[in-house]
Amino acid sequence: MRNTVVNTLIDLGKKDRNITLITGDLGFGVLKPYWEALPDQFINAGIAEQNMTGVAAGMAVEGKKVFTYSIGNFPTLRCLEQIRNDCAYHDANVNVICVGGGYVYGALGMSHHATEDIAALRSLPGVSVICPGDAIEAGLAVRTIAETKGTTYLRLGRGGEKHINTGLKEFVIGKAYKLREADKTKKSAAVFSTGSILEEVSAACDKLEEQGYAVEQYSFPTVKPIDRAVIADCAARFKHIFAVEEHNIIGGLGGAVAEVMAELGTGAKLHRVGINDSYCATVGTQQYLREQIGISASAIAEKVRHAIENE
Amino acid sequence: MTSKQLAWLIRRHGVEMTHLSCGSHIGAIMSVADIMGVLYTDILKIDSQNPDWDGRDRFILSKGHASAAVYAAIAESGFIPVEELKTHYVNGSRLSGHVSHYLPGIDFSTGSLGHGLSVGAGRALAAKLDGKAYRTFVVLGDGECNEGSVWEAAEFANHYQLDNLTAIIDYNHMQSLDFCNNTLEIDMVRRWQGFGWNTIEVNGHDHDALRGALQHAGASGKPTVVIAHTVKGKGVSFMENDVLWHYRFPHDGWEYNCAVNELHAAMPDGVTDPYTPNGCPADVPEPDGLRHTVSETYHPTYYHREVEEK
Repeated sequence: MRNTVVNTLIDLGKKDRNITLITGDLGFGVLKPYWEALPDQFINAGIAEQNMTGVAAGMAVEGKKVFTYSIGNFPTLRCLEQIRNDCAYHDANVNVICVGGGYVYGALGMSHHATEDIAALRSLPGVSVICPGDAIEAGLAVRTIAETKGTTYLRLGRGGEKHINTGLKEFVIGKAYKLREADKTKKSAAVFSTGSILEEVSAACDKLEEQGYAVEQYSFPTVKPIDRAVIADCAARFKHIFAVEEHNIIGGLGGAVAEVMAELGTGAKLHRVGINDSYCATVGTQQYLREQIGISASAIAEKVRHAIENE
Repeated sequence: MTSKQLAWLIRRHGVEMTHLSCGSHIGAIMSVADIMGVLYTDILKIDSQNPDWDGRDRFILSKGHASAAVYAAIAESGFIPVEELKTHYVNGSRLSGHVSHYLPGIDFSTGSLGHGLSVGAGRALAAKLDGKAYRTFVVLGDGECNEGSVWEAAEFANHYQLDNLTAIIDYNHMQSLDFCNNTLEIDMVRRWQGFGWNTIEVNGHDHDALRGALQHAGASGKPTVVIAHTVKGKGVSFMENDVLWHYRFPHDGWEYNCAVNELHAAMPDGVTDPYTPNGCPADVPEPDGLRHTVSETYHPTYYHREVEEK
């Protein structure tokens, strides 16, 4: 996912000299191809995210299409006010790239777990929040947001994610994508997810289908603006909707879906699957931590099965 | 209009605007008035008929709480009607208490301290990359220099050799609650020098000195900072160097009358006071009212009590 984004930026940058990448002194190895290909469109702002984001705003209001880059919470929470006042309020074309959404840096400890970022960014007017599920969504999303006025948060995983949304040709901000249809003759549920947890969710759906259940699966690469039409459609047809994310269950995808479903009042039940409002003091790989908090493929499958069987 | 005339009008508008709105920050408006007067008459290349002209110099008032000073400057420069200044803080007004870019002639919104220099650095870097000749000016407060982000920007501007960027410090030596040096001791000049900036110290009320510094700012390869020594509340004796007037506004009665009359006594030729052309009734400060010292009046709820009294 990281490499796809960087390669896409190189492609875009070669055609458009206004494409500018500013890093907060991170991206060793990852950003090197861009740095070498487009040295005049690359800035290392040092370990100073507030200034990085203010500089990005200043360049964007002068016509640059700016991408800021860092990991974990550094490009977002550390400089949230600069994103709010300087970027979003000025409708500046600043695209904040975070590498390591969720538990990508699980072993590095709580400081490096980006698990409340979606909620914080989603509450800022004028900021779109995009969490691609795989490299296909990520690459196409970069092309779209580079040409979209206004501020965007692009939350990436790490790299090596399975390609899942293989049918995607063009990324539309605010659209959820259906990845599998539910067999109407079977007991079923709708499952939504955002971000790179997509591979766990897809594996969970495979398991459920093997067990004889049916799942209608959607990837929600955009959390804001949320795809209300897909939620309304599913809420009318399914008794159970699952919203899965590698993020606090407060304020992220589950929160966004809950807001829409509460207003719809359809009676469908929403199950938020994510981090239950806690920090993680133990460390481990991303996979280990996903298992610990119950967002591994088998844990997700079991939650869905349990809900369907006990309805 | 001369810089002296504009600076005087900024002060007169500042007194009127804070008086009408019960708004804060008259001390900062008065201290920065000469800097703004010089910038808007003799330094900034701007065009009120074409506010978004791409070749204009960029200006950011990073100490956004002195918004009345920049609103007065753009009004007197023809970007907005002078009459509109009276709407500062008023319901439905676009003249927010801190600087708003939803006004012609305003390049950037500010209000949270420590943002403006980074944005200015971004604009200056964009100019270099695009081969554009405009200069970028950012006015900061001295208290604002408590913010760490100012120094992130200072490092950045030095590293990228932004000699088209000029910072001006309204160094009135006071901040919100106390003197700067009683709050977090700073060595303003050495600090900027240490960050590699071309550092110029001037009397921030001396227009010729300001003009000289700002015209020639731009040592090759270095950003310039003009450290302008100013007096908080400059122009009204009982406001000067008194931290009370960071928040207090000129109330009806002797405070307003004496402030206006002191300004009238120093009015340059060729200026008309749009509010009280002949000054105010002669008045004298109440002796008790002059005991506006930090030690005697400081209280956490002071500001709120003052507003409620009005």
